[in-house]
Amino acid sequence: MAKVTIDLRVNGEPHEVAVHPWRTLAQALREDLGLTGTKIGCETGDCGACTVLIDGRSVTSCLTLAVEAAGREITTIEGVAPSGTDLDALQEAFVRLGAVQCGYCTSGMILSARYLLSHNPAPTELEIRQALSGNLCRCTGYQKIVEAIAEAAKANG
Amino acid sequence: MPLPRFRYVAPESLEAACELLAEHGDRARVMAGGTDLLLRMKRLPRAGAPEVVIGLRGVPGLDTIRIDDGGLSIGALTLLASVAGSTDVNRLCPALASAARSTATVQIRNMGTVVGNLCNASPAADTATPLLVYGASVLLVRPGGERRTVPLEDFFLGPGRTALGPGEIVAEVRVPPPCGRAGSDYQRLSQRSRVDIAAVCVSTLVCLDRDGSAARVRIALGAVAPVPLRAKSAERVLEGRPPTAELVAQAAAAAAREARPISDVRSSGEYRRRMVEVLARRSLVRSASLAGGAA
Ligand SMILES: Cc1cc2nc3c(=O)[nH]c(=O)nc-3n(C[C@H](O)[C@H](O)[C@H](O)COP(=O)(O)OP(=O)(O)OC[C@H]3O[C@@H](n4cnc5c(N)ncnc54)[C@H](O)[C@@H]3O)c2cc1C
Ligand code: FES
Ligand code: FES
Repeated sequence: MAKVTIDLRVNGEPHEVAVHPWRTLAQALREDLGLTGTKIGCETGDCGACTVLIDGRSVTSCLTLAVEAAGREITTIEGVAPSGTDLDALQEAFVRLGAVQCGYCTSGMILSARYLLSHNPAPTELEIRQALSGNLCRCTGYQKIVEAIAEAAKANG
Repeated sequence: MPLPRFRYVAPESLEAACELLAEHGDRARVMAGGTDLLLRMKRLPRAGAPEVVIGLRGVPGLDTIRIDDGGLSIGALTLLASVAGSTDVNRLCPALASAARSTATVQIRNMGTVVGNLCNASPAADTATPLLVYGASVLLVRPGGERRTVPLEDFFLGPGRTALGPGEIVAEVRVPPPCGRAGSDYQRLSQRSRVDIAAVCVSTLVCLDRDGSAARVRIALGAVAPVPLRAKSAERVLEGRPPTAELVAQAAAAAAREARPISDVRSSGEYRRRMVEVLARRSLVRSASLAGGAA
């Protein structure tokens, strides 16, 4: 079956890619665009490792078709830092407070946190935990992740 | 877990989508958010997966929450997240807003739709029981553009089976205007947290008369029968009477007798039946007090 040529707008930059209709956004980002910061864990929508933002909303890219993401604004972890040398407040807080261990969940955690702070700049601890309901971490026990997000919210506010 | 191969089409009107669905028959599936469909396609053996996926995303005007004649309509592409956050839904159908908030994860609520949740026809679908107690119906479109309305109660035929005929697509789900002194509530129980599919869910609605007796009572049970179910004999225990603690307890016990639960990974049948009684009592108490009655 023929590939379709689509326009993927990732982190503000347009990319023309030819994909099969059954290609997931996670595959297209990692394999066609080389943006391997987006991780693939379960592939069933449960773990959140593949979380990206589409038009500002967090989604799991393993259950999103690349063809359906065409023409929309996609933000991946590569688009979070303001420059090649600086980190944003969330990344900074994750590093400083030890919220990163193996790092596999981190991209998804940061994007879920960014989505939370975009509509709730001063979340309570409970709200932070609920916002991470779709992101699993096998290393940290979540505590430091929750603290880092609270810290970043304070820094932003 | 790669997806099997398929052809993807994105029609620009519901009528065109119906024509495509009719043309390809069993080989095609409609897709809204895809959170059920794509997951199932990843899991299905290649032979069982659809060959054509008809994406609804290109159809304009389906992503809506509208109030007309005091009732509420929710379009086929309206996200669970939008319903959970809508002030209109929270005001008119608080149990539905609460159920939408309890469904899945943040990301899945940003992708999945209420209509997709209904069409998937899982007995545990979170948004089914609140919509049943509100007396919702679904508006179906078929090839040629003809429309028909089906009460939600008649829409569910079994696990994964609905009243959708060949080429038919749900355009929206409609909720009639609420009754005067009404209270409604959603209760859900799952193994660990709300990320898990519900082991049992219960929605109730209580409408009070001027004299404080229950003019209308609706009780719907999820995950305890092949379809989301109204517990009608339990409703009759309360209707026409004041919702006293004693009568509420009797109604809850009747609801548990109406459940036909199975045992599976999420829960044993016996536990489910007992929990129906607990959740129904809790929910009725809350609905009655929100309506301004005793209990
Ligand atoms: C990680 C995870 C957790 C989940 N947790 C829950 C949960 O807690 N509770 C719960 O209830 N569900 C849960 N789900 C299931 C799913 O997310 C919901 O049922 C969701 O509402 C489905 O909506 P959708 O738009 O993604 O449907 P889709 O996958 O697009 O469609 C579902 C089915 O309905 C059909 N369909 C869709 N729209 C129409 C239409 N307009 N007309 C006719 N047929 C149509 C499709 O062909 C398909 O068969 C979960 C899923 C995942 C991946
Ligand atoms: S890889 Fe997408 S949610 Fe786990
Ligand atoms: S840091 Fe290892 S999974 Fe979260």
